[in-house]
Amino acid sequence: MFRSIIRLENQFKSVISLCKACPRHQHSRCALKYSTASTERKRFYEDVSISQGEGGLYEINLDRRKLKTPGGKLFMVPNEALAIAVATEWDAQRDTLKFFTMHLTTLCNTALDNPTQRDKDQMINAALKFLETDTICYRVEEPPGLVELQRNEWDPVLRWIENRYDVAIGSSSSILGPDIPEETKETFRQHLSSYNLWSLTGLEFVITQLKSVVLSLGMIDRHLSVEQAVLLSRLEEEYQIRRWGNVEWAHDYDMYELRARTAAGALFVQLSSESSTVKQKLMQD
Amino acid sequence: MAALPSPLRVCRGILKELRAIQGPSYKQSLAYSYVMDQFRRNKITGERYCRAQQEAHHASHTYLCLLASTRNHLALHNLYHSKGERSPDEVAGLVGLKLPTQPGGKGWEK
Repeated sequence: MFRSIIRLENQFKSVISLCKACPRHQHSRCALKYSTASTERKRFYEDVSISQGEGGLYEINLDRRKLKTPGGKLFMVPNEALAIAVATEWDAQRDTLKFFTMHLTTLCNTALDNPTQRDKDQMINAALKFLETDTICYRVEEPPGLVELQRNEWDPVLRWIENRYDVAIGSSSSILGPDIPEETKETFRQHLSSYNLWSLTGLEFVITQLKSVVLSLGMIDRHLSVEQAVLLSRLEEEYQIRRWGNVEWAHDYDMYELRARTAAGALFVQLSSESSTVKQKLMQD
Repeated sequence: MAALPSPLRVCRGILKELRAIQGPSYKQSLAYSYVMDQFRRNKITGERYCRAQQEAHHASHTYLCLLASTRNHLALHNLYHSKGERSPDEVAGLVGLKLPTQPGGKGWEK
């Protein structure tokens, strides 16, 4: 890993000389490592393996070097399943590293580094902010076909979540959206506070992808599959596609990206909140 | 609640994706042995209602969706978005036009 950083640095000799000359510029080096979009790094390793380190946490090894987060911490995940999934992502890279396809790695990095330095309450508030502007609570008044589609597809999910959590949400076609009672938010706040920091990171990621708390919770509670949740989130787009035709390089591209991100987030929530049960199973044999 | 394909189909789907990622030697990979192990472990024995099995089924389906969508997304990305911007010639060619050329090259009139 260290050697690869050196290699990366060699591409930016001017920056490196700055770093060497003045240790205070360390942070600019971190910023450089985060900006992977413009520079493609070669696959600098052959084998990917996992190992169990201190405290039962799992680490990823690229050849003989341990994987680290962009923030410089040791990359450690709480259970074997997540470690294997991350290792598979690194193994799937061909000639260059395509970080935009490595969603689970990205989520683990975010959870480990916590780059925005937020605590649980801030994350819950950020997640609940989406409830006020939840996709499936906003309805259109025309065209009639879409109105009917939204009613037929979104209403069952809304009814399900209202029964499941015993709350009132409702829908509205006004620009201000539905009036969501304070008790509803309080119920969801209590529910979300039972998640740990890792699962919250994943949950918030899913919510920002689907633009909907209702659909996200529906998926995490196994009421909806990923495909269904993504379809419901993109309902209007699907309606327009049915009417005007599908464009592969825009519609399909977006849909697969959204599915991949949503699936990664959902899996991340499930794996990081159920680490104890996974361990139990392993110990039974 | 959500109607998912049967566990067997999900399992085969995941293995297919793993083979696409790792090539013919995918049976030696960590993921292969883990997936096979989990599917064997969560098989139904008798008529018990098994919550853990549903969880595993949903998680495995989510993982299959992650692998398949990532593969498709990358394929579309490489096909349409990986080459950067087109040159002016190519853009003109898309709509059936050609860029004007000067008869004697640039600065011909002088």
